[in-house]
Order: sequence, then structure tokens, then C-alpha cells
Amino acid sequence: MISIQNATFHYPDGPDVLQGVNLELRDGEFVAIMGENGAGKTTLVKMFNGLLKPDKGTITVDGIDTGKKSVAQLSRDVGLIFQNPDNQLFAETVAQELAFSLRNFGFSEDVIERRVTSILNTLDLERYEKSSPFVLSGGERKRVALAAILVWDPKHVIMDEPTIGQDYLQKDRLRNFIMQLVSQGKTVVIVTHDIEFVAECKPRVVLLSHGKVIGDGPATTILTNSSLIQQASLVLPQIATLMQNLTDLGTPSEIIDAYAAKDFVVARMLEKVEARPRPLKS
Amino acid sequence: MLGFFASALMFTNIFALLIVFLMQVPIVLIAKTIKRWLQSMRGVLIYGGFIFIMNMIFGTPLVQSIAFSIRFLGVVSAFSLFFMTTSADDLGLALEQIHAPYSIAFTFTTAVRLVPTMAIDAQTVVDAQRSRGLELDKGNFMKRIRNYVPILIPLIISAIRRSVELAEALESRAFGATEKRTSIVTLKMRGADYGVIIATLIGLGFAVYVYLHVPLPNPIIPFSLPRISWPSLQTTQLIKPRLI
Repeated sequence: MISIQNATFHYPDGPDVLQGVNLELRDGEFVAIMGENGAGKTTLVKMFNGLLKPDKGTITVDGIDTGKKSVAQLSRDVGLIFQNPDNQLFAETVAQELAFSLRNFGFSEDVIERRVTSILNTLDLERYEKSSPFVLSGGERKRVALAAILVWDPKHVIMDEPTIGQDYLQKDRLRNFIMQLVSQGKTVVIVTHDIEFVAECKPRVVLLSHGKVIGDGPATTILTNSSLIQQASLVLPQIATLMQNLTDLGTPSEIIDAYAAKDFVVARMLEKVEARPRPLKS
Repeated sequence: MLGFFASALMFTNIFALLIVFLMQVPIVLIAKTIKRWLQSMRGVLIYGGFIFIMNMIFGTPLVQSIAFSIRFLGVVSAFSLFFMTTSADDLGLALEQIHAPYSIAFTFTTAVRLVPTMAIDAQTVVDAQRSRGLELDKGNFMKRIRNYVPILIPLIISAIRRSVELAEALESRAFGATEKRTSIVTLKMRGADYGVIIATLIGLGFAVYVYLHVPLPNPIIPFSLPRISWPSLQTTQLIKPRLI
């Protein structure tokens, strides 16, 4: 469990970026942290692996105060995937890139080889094993960056803006992969502005605005609350906007994805067809 | 800046160098950049210490070794102060007005302007690698040097990528299309500017006079490490021709 208690933080010579944030992320949960630029989302998740320490309050990961452990020690359980993969790629081959963190953590060479092979297969990167990471496409580099974190199998996986620069197919793959991680019991936290992606995944949503938590609940509740969404400088998912504009016709307000909307519309159409008086037989 | 820089290079006397260094402090206070100046001084202290140690190792007397460290700090302080008090735009304009080629003026100001951006990038890279278990402060000296490879490579690559993208963006905005450029702002010399130039020339003249004619006290503390005598390599000793 990741527990944030009254966390406050400001950068040197800057205003408070986080103001008394209280949050609990349970094991195996899938959480989306959303909010406007400068809300404190990335600052908050950087505290999970100790890159930043709160000025006031405490952050505990599985009962351990992050202030008492180094980043390397915390990273063993908290894998943080940065937004731009180019900020971390440096090795000659993809395999060496993946082995880097395992060597830092002191794994033996045979374990390193096994884990690297396994994650290459899992993320469909086997053909790039001996390639330079710099010749790969943007989407492939992103997968390498993902593999570079998952290779040591952290318990909690944090992704900072994972959908930036990704086409729909990549986002679909990412969504499926996240669901796989959640089904394996991992805590997955994504920091994102991509409201449509969140609407399709339906995680627990935590809304941040100006360093404070303004909303915390299921996606169907948070992403259909117009005033909270507006406060966080976001827009409602398109389906939610459509449904809310049709409330005069009795559409429920907590639909956020196309499939649920389709099911509702089909059900209403069938009701209308059945309610129509049947013509008399001559 | 030039006055302090030239004076720091000219003197080897510890008192003179200390005065040159301390004379920058009132300017730091007037410019209200004390915090940033102290941060930059803290950053270079380690290099000053390195200069001191290397001088001691090679047999330079204690006082002289300290003087050389103070000289280094004085030079760095002069440059830091210059860049803290002069905007990159004004620098570029000044270079243009003295008819330096625009491409050179632009390259210089862009390089200065990108330093804070690269510092942010560097911190991001450090954060990303630390999140993969890299511990920069562990291990012996060589290990710590090698630990910087995963930091430097992504940083250099990102700097190269940024420069290529910047070049493309500039070309798309007609950079270099015409020889003669117009400018909304023109720098004009004001009374204070003339005052600074005169004060610098007087200060520099006084420094030269002191250097040439005034015997400065030279404290002697009889302490230095024993000189290391490096073996002299004579070529006749290195190559022994083999008789066939």
C-alpha cells in the first residue's frame, strides 16, 4: 500500500505544489491521477520512490517511510516510468538497456539473462534484442522504457503520461497491458490528461487541482461530475458530454464509454419497439 | 567583469587576489544576486579544493596554493556575476551593434539561454536513472565516474536532438534569409554605463600600477609537500634496437 498523509511540498523559490494531500493507494489498485498542468501530479508520484521528499507529512510504501530509504531501495518496489523514454536510454543494445537496472540491484548474471529474455518476449521486443535503442521508433522506445522498469518486477508501477505521442493502436495495447499488470496484483498508477483513455480503462480517478485532491472515486462518478472536471481544467469524455446533453430523454448521467452508451441506446430502442401497439391481423 | 578577470589573472599575491575576490561582493549585493552567487561559489569550491590539492602535490608552497585557489574562485565569480546581471538578449544586441555576424551573436545567446533548460534536462535524466537503481554517490572514484555514463549519453543525445529541431524551426522562420536585420530595441550608452567603464579603467590601471610598483606583503608559511621528482624519460632508454 502507498499511503500519503498530509503531504506538502514546494520547489526552491516556488509556491506550494502540494498542499496537505491525503491519499491511500491499496495493493492491486488501478488509479489514474489527473489534473491541470502544474496541479502537482508528477511531483506527487516522484515522492513514491523517494526522488522527492515532502516538506511536511509522510509518504509510506508498504509501511516504510520514504524519508528513511534511498531512491534505489524504494525503486526495488516502486517502478516509475518517465514520460520521455529518451531521458533514460543510453546503452548500445536493448538487452543491455534492460540489464542496466538489474545490475544496479545486484542480480546475478544468469537471473539477468532470464529476466531480460522474459520481458523482451512479454513486450514483443525480441527482434530488437541486439538493436540500438536509438534506431527504434517512438512507440518502440516507449516499450523499451516500459520493459526497462518492468524487468525487475516492481510491486507498484507508476506511469507518467504513458499515452503521449501514442497512436490508437499503441494506446489499445497499453490498456490491455495495464489490465494484465492489474490482474497480476500490481498497483498501477497512471498520471495523465488523456480523459478518453481513462474513460475506456475505468480506474479509480484522483483529481488534483492546485496541489489539493478535489475528487477521488470511480471513473464513472468523477468523470461525469462537470463541476469537478471544470475545476481540474479538464473536459468531460465525449460520451459523457453526449449523455449529459440528452438527460431530458432519460439518459443516465454516469455513462462514460461507448459500449455502455450503445447498450443503453439499444435497450431503449427495444423497449420502444415492444411498447408500440401491434397492428390487428385482418 | 573584465577588470576583475584581468586583475585575478595578473596577481599571484594572496592578499591582492583576496581583495580582487572580495571587491566583487558589493557588486553582488547591489545586483541583489547574493543567493545565486553563493550557490555558484558553493558549486565551484570543490574545484578550488582540487586546485589546492594538486598544487600542494606538485610542491607549491601552502600560501601560494591557497592563492591559486582564490584566483580560480575570483575568475569564476567574475564570469558568474557577468551572466547573472546581463540578459542573453542584451548580450546578443550588443554583439549585433558592434557588427558581429548575426549567426555568431545568435549562437552565443542561444547557448547561454539553453543552459537552464539543459540543467532541467540533466535533473530529469538523473531522476530517471536513479529510479532504475543507479546510485551516483556509491562506489570508489572510478565507479562514480563510470556512473555518470548513463547520465551523459541521454543528455548529449537530447542536446543534439534539440539543436537539430531548433535549426529546423529557425529555417522554417526564415533565419538567415536577409543579411540586414531590423531590431525593435537599440542599446544606448547611458551615464551609468560610462561610469562603469571609467571605474573599470581606473581600477585596472591601479591594479597594473600596484602589480608593477608596489611590493605586496608575502606571508611565508614554511610548509609544502616534498617535491615529487618524476623520472625523466630519455629516448635512448626507451627504445633498444634489436640486432638481427
